[in-house]
Amino acid sequence: MTRVAVVRFPGSNCETETLTAIERAGGEGLLLDYRETTLQGADAVILPGGFSYGDYLRSGAIARFSPVMQAVRAHAEAGGAVIGICNGFQVLCEAHLLPGALLRNAGQRFLSRPVDVRIERRDTVCTADYAEGDVLRIPVAHGEGRFAADEATLAMLEGEGRVVMRYVSVPGTDVAHNPNGSANDIAGICNAAGTVVGFMPHPERLAEASLGSAAGHRVFTSLISRLTRTGVAA
Amino acid sequence: MTFHVHVRVIPRPGLLDPQGQAVEHALASLGFADVTGVRIGKAIELTVDAASAAAAEATVRTMCERLLANPVTEDFVIEVSS
Repeated sequence: MTRVAVVRFPGSNCETETLTAIERAGGEGLLLDYRETTLQGADAVILPGGFSYGDYLRSGAIARFSPVMQAVRAHAEAGGAVIGICNGFQVLCEAHLLPGALLRNAGQRFLSRPVDVRIERRDTVCTADYAEGDVLRIPVAHGEGRFAADEATLAMLEGEGRVVMRYVSVPGTDVAHNPNGSANDIAGICNAAGTVVGFMPHPERLAEASLGSAAGHRVFTSLISRLTRTGVAA
Repeated sequence: MTFHVHVRVIPRPGLLDPQGQAVEHALASLGFADVTGVRIGKAIELTVDAASAAAAEATVRTMCERLLANPVTEDFVIEVSS
């Protein structure tokens, strides 16, 4: 069975939902302590949402140096699947596994609400079960989600098609579509190969139809079927 | 020798600093209308044992590059005193 590790840093708070979402998608979830130095045979790793190390200094800045991150980096550099959700995205940027940074929301406020994001790229480890152009309404919950990068980096991300999710305006919606002032409405990006992906929205919070929508479920089915197909899983 | 080091970490010019903006508006509403360009960063104080002030500064520079500042969004200034 495909095994996906979910790292628990001190201050993580979305690891349980993430593990449940993995299992609902047919994978085996493994809770991985931040002090571990291996991925314990996992085929993929997810850095979950939360407030690792209390967001001290900068979100993700201290988690980046956790013992487990060396194994995460090695896995990423070997082409393994790594996904960062919310705080996990911040950790991946701080670790330079993804470019750019996530800054305080332009409106200064912590935002916990649904947003509409468009799937901009299917060719990643976690979006293949969507169609390009699909718009999902899923929750964000962050104080520091404003994606920022210099002009050259933004041009590179756009030119190489490395924006995975973008905040969009849905007709009839009366709230600002870009919740945090992110450059180019970017909600999520990936590395060149599409194997390391980070985004601010929380698909694990809306991955079960009985909650009203399973809009995020296919992030996890995409990951599990990708791992199964490429034969990484035993 | 022991050196006291003061590090200032400041958001890059050109990057939106919503905290700075909010404080600037608050200052204006208090009557300080002549204030512009408010930017808010962090101040970090350290005590470092090093052979010289230059060595202390070099060590702290490495700390800034690796952890204390984010090179993507922040600049830093290091002041060393004995």
